[in-house]
Amino acid sequence: MVVEQVSVFVENKPGRLSKVTKILGEAGINIRALSIAELGEFGVIRLIVDKPHEAKAVLTNSGFTVGVNRVLAIEMGDEPGSLARIASALGDAGVNIDYAYAFVARAKERAVLIARVDDIKRAEEVLSREGIRLLSAEELQSL
Amino acid sequence: MYWDRKAETIQQEELEELQLRRLRAIVDYCYRNSRFYRSKLKEAGVHPGELRRLEDLARLPFTTKEDLRENYPFGMLAVPREEVVRIHASSGTTGKPTIVAYTKKDISTWAELMARVLTCAGVTKRDTIQLIYNYAFFTGGLGFHYGAERVGAAVIPSGVGNSERQLLTMRDLEVTAFSSTPSYALYLAEFARERGIDVGEFSLRTGIFGAEPWMRQRIEEAYGIKAYDNYGLSELCGPGVAVECDARQGLHVWSDHFLLEVIDPESGEVLGPGEKGELVFTTLTKEAMPLLRYRTRDISMLIDEPCECGRTHPRIARLMGRSDDMLIIRGVNVFPSQVEHVLLQFPEVAEHYQIVVDRRRSMDVLRVKVEVTERIFRGEPEELLRLKRELEEKLRSVLGIRAEVTFVEPGTIPRSRGKAQRVVDLRKG
Repeated sequence: MVVEQVSVFVENKPGRLSKVTKILGEAGINIRALSIAELGEFGVIRLIVDKPHEAKAVLTNSGFTVGVNRVLAIEMGDEPGSLARIASALGDAGVNIDYAYAFVARAKERAVLIARVDDIKRAEEVLSREGIRLLSAEELQSL
Repeated sequence: MYWDRKAETIQQEELEELQLRRLRAIVDYCYRNSRFYRSKLKEAGVHPGELRRLEDLARLPFTTKEDLRENYPFGMLAVPREEVVRIHASSGTTGKPTIVAYTKKDISTWAELMARVLTCAGVTKRDTIQLIYNYAFFTGGLGFHYGAERVGAAVIPSGVGNSERQLLTMRDLEVTAFSSTPSYALYLAEFARERGIDVGEFSLRTGIFGAEPWMRQRIEEAYGIKAYDNYGLSELCGPGVAVECDARQGLHVWSDHFLLEVIDPESGEVLGPGEKGELVFTTLTKEAMPLLRYRTRDISMLIDEPCECGRTHPRIARLMGRSDDMLIIRGVNVFPSQVEHVLLQFPEVAEHYQIVVDRRRSMDVLRVKVEVTERIFRGEPEELLRLKRELEEKLRSVLGIRAEVTFVEPGTIPRSRGKAQRVVDLRKG
């Protein structure tokens, strides 16, 4: 079970994040999670939104270059040790986490780890064997 | 295979003797017959009799395209009008046109040099050659035409346009060689393919094109031929100044007729072999419009090593650009065309790029801005970092200095009409 992450190429200069989020806000697209990769003179804004393809369309129309790629949304208990459990399960199985970012869901006492891994299929197998749940796009939105 | 073995394989010493003899004669001839050169030489304080060695050539003043324009139409003529048997003209895209006049002997010399060119490219009397050139005003069509006739090939002066008929001619008359602009050669192959005709199955085996390397490869693949680069300019005669041999490691300059120098376009100083600079020619045998140290604005370099083909005439590398576009970065001459060549090898890079030269802590910095489109960015920055590395490596090896590739958002590089705007030099002012 994978979810789609929207990645936006931006030049590293003031006002770009505000422009991207403003466009999404005006299009009625809700952002669940966000992370920014900074690579010198440019950066990549990574977003988990409720409508990834619409997000791509409105951003592309505004002149941005946008990619949509697949990541895992891994459910974690909002308690000590839960991230370590996921990381070691993947690590033991030889799955590499390219990058990850997490957010805590309001009032539900749980958190979500968004992770880009090098072998999605293997990661899914390992996590399900460990009893760790992956969230679908719909579940993600209902949090 | 040589057209004129004796002339093409002349020993170095003998060639230099011939060049010096001819140089002294032509400078003297200019002094006596050209009002333009008489005043130019007097101004420079050079008397023809003072030329004792080939190196003394550097004492003569340069001639420029501007001189030709200012003396339009007949100010550069060194013979009475009645001796002129042909006049070609270049289009005057930037102001006045320029003309080139020929005496009977000039036409004959030109044909002889073109015969050398065609033989170099493997054309013999057994060939049928199709010349897809505009014959009107320009030197290309008639230059090749006279040369091919002198070689004894069957010449088809097919002119330009009417692609259907060009193809039919090529196929039905079993054409074995052709010459055209490289872009037309590619267009014609495409035109044929769309009609289900495979030009690769024709009898063609050789062609001559002033093409860039990547274009040449495509032409060769489409037609199943070997393609040769040639160089010339109408001010000197037209095509017929230099051509590639079978080795295709540079172009041999017929230096018994055109004395070559490579100069630094800024200082005017003469450069040595392997040094990139502007090509300067002195015509050694022209009668109607001889030129002394004519600045071509074309950039290349001298290759002064023996060639496996046996020809002793020095070679120049394929053209690298125009001196008008040259940038000097950290003391190194860089041409925007070199950057463009590198970018062309990366088809995923969009056509919009910009070269920015800046000064950072008194050091020149060369940046190449590339727009990020979905062809190079699909969501992960690693793709961009890899491309940046590859581009920078390639640019460094071609330019000889470090260039920094910067990615920018699409649409942020100004769309320009001319190539010139592709370059922004922030060091000035």
